Amino acid sequence: MAQLSLRRLVKEYDGGVQAVKGIDLEIADHEFVVLVGPSGCGKTTTLRMIAGLEEITRGEIAIGGVVVNDIPPRDRDIAMVFQNYALYPHMTVFDNMAFGLLLRKFPREEIRRRVDEAARILDIAPLLDRKPKALSGGQRQRVAMGRAIVRNPKVFLFDEPLSNLDAKLRVQMRTEIKKVHQTVKTTTVYVTHDQVEAMTLADRVVVMNHGVIEQVGPPQELYHRPATRFVAGFIGSPAMNFIPARLEGASGALNLHLPGGIVLPVPEERTARYAAARGREVLFGIRPEHLTERREGRATYAEIEIVPEVIEPMGMETLVHFHLDGARDLCARLDPTVPAAPGAPITLTADLANMHLLDPQSGRVL
Amino acid sequence: MPADGTLAAPVSAAPRASSLQRLARRRTTIAFVMTLPLIAVIAGLVAYPAGYAVYLSMLNRRMDAFAGFLNYEILVESETFWLVVWQSCLFAVTAVVLKALIGFWLAHMLHHIPAKGQRKWRGMLLVPWVIPPALSTLGWWWMFDPTYSSINWLLAVVAVPPVPWLGEPWWARASVIIVNVWYGAPFFMIMYLAALKSVPEQLYEAAAIDGATAWQRLRYVTLPMMRNIISITVLFSLIVTFANYDIVRVLTNGGPRDLTHLFATYAFQVGILSGNIPRGAAVSLFMLPLLAVFAFFILRGVTRRNREMA
Repeated sequence: MAQLSLRRLVKEYDGGVQAVKGIDLEIADHEFVVLVGPSGCGKTTTLRMIAGLEEITRGEIAIGGVVVNDIPPRDRDIAMVFQNYALYPHMTVFDNMAFGLLLRKFPREEIRRRVDEAARILDIAPLLDRKPKALSGGQRQRVAMGRAIVRNPKVFLFDEPLSNLDAKLRVQMRTEIKKVHQTVKTTTVYVTHDQVEAMTLADRVVVMNHGVIEQVGPPQELYHRPATRFVAGFIGSPAMNFIPARLEGASGALNLHLPGGIVLPVPEERTARYAAARGREVLFGIRPEHLTERREGRATYAEIEIVPEVIEPMGMETLVHFHLDGARDLCARLDPTVPAAPGAPITLTADLANMHLLDPQSGRVL
Repeated sequence: MPADGTLAAPVSAAPRASSLQRLARRRTTIAFVMTLPLIAVIAGLVAYPAGYAVYLSMLNRRMDAFAGFLNYEILVESETFWLVVWQSCLFAVTAVVLKALIGFWLAHMLHHIPAKGQRKWRGMLLVPWVIPPALSTLGWWWMFDPTYSSINWLLAVVAVPPVPWLGEPWWARASVIIVNVWYGAPFFMIMYLAALKSVPEQLYEAAAIDGATAWQRLRYVTLPMMRNIISITVLFSLIVTFANYDIVRVLTNGGPRDLTHLFATYAFQVGILSGNIPRGAAVSLFMLPLLAVFAFFILRGVTRRNREMA
């Protein structure tokens, strides 16, 4: 077990294309860190550089305090779970899991003990004599994890391990991975494009975009205090609503002027924070869950009249899609008991205590 | 659909359908008609010649009386025939092993050349295999020629005494093997290259992380993943090499002293050149049981692995 440091890490391909543009990241011992971002954001490249499967153009990677730039993968003491499992098709489940130990010349009894232990944790003991071909997707995934666990490495690396599974199994394996980490507690770097996986698994989430880190933080912090428009839009489903607005006001009180003549009062505790943006164009960001049916009782509640376009009853909630002048694809989350019909105007309550204001030029959250 | 495999035709649609029409509508009939050309080709070009060869091998030399197994008995008692068996096995096994090793090595080299330059090299390395072997063997024959041998000339440059390539039995045996290897190695190379390309890159990455050295990746990943292709290529090449004719015919014509004869060249010599067609047929039929044993064991392994892997 060990901490992992990435320092000014750069990956540049032939022709000068930069996949990773100088990222810095410290991962503590036992920590579960998820790299998340859209495809092409550099997350997998970063993981492969940690594994030693991809050469590092500039910067350095240290595992347990030792710079590993020039150390081949087999001497880095890491284990990796691949997206398509990469099990050896000609070996049994036991041999697949034992292979790494066999190469490291572990005694036979020790190999047996460790494989049995991992098989017990992952609940695959009855499968040890089978070949990967005879396993289901979920079972293969477990074997791939078992292969990583038996080695007892310093760092676990997961490369989108659940993307080949169907939706139901994915949720189940997600829990499984979290359970395994709670048992084994090895430092873990997990790559995914699925923000739900990132939020549910991670101690800390690293949101990447275009080869740079947008924000690092615990899931709750990313959700409630996103640093950039990208993070605000990426984390959370349905995504945060963004509405162009203008910040106006005098003598301490600030108001947001939305298109269509909607005026929202900025809560008192935020006025100081936004004072510098007075008179400027901003983006008003609010999550669908903070845009609900009519409520009363708090100073931060404000009302907005809308006309629903599409209603999506989800059972535990109802999603209402609508638009305002100058802002399309907006979404509100209503209690399922609230009657709503397409075309019939309703009044929503926006909880401005949870609003975000962004600078439309830089994309930074103000 | 009815259990007898006929298409479900409405009973009332053709109350007076002739039995011929009904026969034509049966799926088995259609299947039979569609495979008829193939059956005709196999019957005419494989089954009939094979049966005819068996028939021929049981005639006397003048081909006017049935002689039973006499030709086989004579062969089994002939010293030359056992020399041919020995030389055929030596030739086929040595040549196939060398072709497989060299082909594997070449495939590996090619596989690690960047894709851009690979085509060029692949094309060049395939040249020996695409030249008609009778012609390329003529080229080798000239290079092995005792008087004008370019190989001996090169040896002389580094002060090695000339080698009687085609004149001395062991050198002659080596020569036919060398030419066969030169001709056949590209086939192995191209098959192995295809096999190498079909091994998923992630298996190597997984093995590298598991702690495998380059040699261990070859031993535990590449070779097991290629075993089926290796088996089938070896079997195929073993059959073709065992039955080789043109290289020996052009290079040594079986000499010196019948010591480089293979089944095919010996059968030709006995059957056509010496005019004993029944005996020649008997010689070539002796190949069958030998090759059948090879094929049985190799194909059994392939089927088993296919079931287990993918």
